[in-house]
Amino acid sequence: MSSNRNFYYDSDTVKTSFLNELREVFNFRNFIYQLARRDILTRYKRSVLGVIWTMLNPLGMMIIMTIAFSQLFNGVEKFPLYVLSGLVTWTFFSQTTVAAMVNLVWGGSLLNRIYMPRSSFAIAAIITGIVNILISLVTYLLMAIVLKVSLTFSILLIPVPIMIIAAFSLGIGLLLSTLAVYFPDVSEMYQIILTAWMYLTPIFYPTSIYPDNLAWALTHLNPMYLILNLFRAILYEMRIPTWSEIVLPLGIAIFVLVIGWVVFTRKADEFSYRI
Amino acid sequence: MIPIIGLENVSVRYRVPSERLGTFKEYAIRWLQGKVHKREFWALDNVSFTVNKGEVFGVIGSNGAGKSTMLKLIARVLRPTSGRVWVNGRVAPLLELGAGFHPELSGRENIYLNGAMLGYSRREMTEKYQRIVEFSEIGDFIDSPIRTYSSGMMTRLGFAVATDERPDILLLDEVMAVGDLSFQNKCNQRISSYRADGSSIFMVSHTMSLILEMCDRVVWLEHGKLRRIGNAVDIVEEYSEYQTSGVNNS
Repeated sequence: MSSNRNFYYDSDTVKTSFLNELREVFNFRNFIYQLARRDILTRYKRSVLGVIWTMLNPLGMMIIMTIAFSQLFNGVEKFPLYVLSGLVTWTFFSQTTVAAMVNLVWGGSLLNRIYMPRSSFAIAAIITGIVNILISLVTYLLMAIVLKVSLTFSILLIPVPIMIIAAFSLGIGLLLSTLAVYFPDVSEMYQIILTAWMYLTPIFYPTSIYPDNLAWALTHLNPMYLILNLFRAILYEMRIPTWSEIVLPLGIAIFVLVIGWVVFTRKADEFSYRI
Repeated sequence: MIPIIGLENVSVRYRVPSERLGTFKEYAIRWLQGKVHKREFWALDNVSFTVNKGEVFGVIGSNGAGKSTMLKLIARVLRPTSGRVWVNGRVAPLLELGAGFHPELSGRENIYLNGAMLGYSRREMTEKYQRIVEFSEIGDFIDSPIRTYSSGMMTRLGFAVATDERPDILLLDEVMAVGDLSFQNKCNQRISSYRADGSSIFMVSHTMSLILEMCDRVVWLEHGKLRRIGNAVDIVEEYSEYQTSGVNNS
């Protein structure tokens, strides 16, 4: 691949742009693969329990939340699965967006020495997230079997919400990393936003607790609600989602991804002046 | 003579806030007050020159003269604020000790990671792998995590990966103190053989003896401006004289 590549570089013509960055990401696909592989390996390598931890973590949270809230929300059927589907979805979003930001700042010393498409770090974070969510989904299915829920074929549609949340998280991750290059405290601010956002998303409570006059806004203006809703249709309600349940979050995810990509690629050439 | 690197009226301007506004909060407050002042700082100011194929080209100058900015431009990491930089060939930057390595991963995995950074595919790396291990003399340690390596071993591994394939341009930042003397000889041999095959070397150094020993031509930078360019012996002599006279004057 690289031996056939044209190595002529001219600062007048080679600029990071929307399309150029896509092409470079393709050229550096092996680097992105290696980055993701590194994240996954280092996570699972040093401890024998590595994979098990990824499975136990949401399970532990699920147990705590079930103990704390199942009485309060006893109208919700199979409450443990309701919480677990919420946690799995939320964890993907929070982990990948934070990792996208942290990885770029970590890569700063490299970015100053050697050329690589700057979006590699965010993309690798998403790939790592997909591997982690697949492991968590195994936990979910085991839990469903334990709770004697009969699985249906609708579960085969799970790649659809995963692709949607991946696109959405990549878009947010790129926007955040652009900001984080300029302001180091963005990552702290984002932690606060993330916590608030989590409580505003129905992860461990049903939407029926929303006051009537706010219910529409709290659901339809929260992209994470729409995405979570799609995950739950497939995982929790075990049914085939309706078209509108797919198209709305898909549209938002693509929109956010395009905005993120545009902003990131427009600023990417300035990063070296900053990092 | 075939030019392989060209800088045409290149300027690089950093905009440094005159006060340190490290955080978004501070920045937002200042911005609302309309008090964000920026100081401009020209790391390079209207610099032009070309480097030819097969040439060993050195950059000298005191700290802050713009030497590392120059390396970044050629590694296509930094785009000039104005002017044009072009590079016709594959550039191999020698990363400093351990940059680009992950301590928890084994030497083997790090070779693949490092190679991927340089833009090689997986297949190409599999093809190179054995040669790299042999050249770096890591031996049985190759499957141990990098955190157990000595600094010499890490540098050897980094050098072996970066120079496995002959690059058109090799970027050297300061002297690479690579392990023991025998390994240093091995590195020098590899560099000279690449040079004989037509690679250019672009190096930045404070060590005048090294510059004299290796370089054909030298550019002397001062506060981002090109002060002198020419034959290595002449420029180094002039530079040394200038420095000692500067010391005497003060």
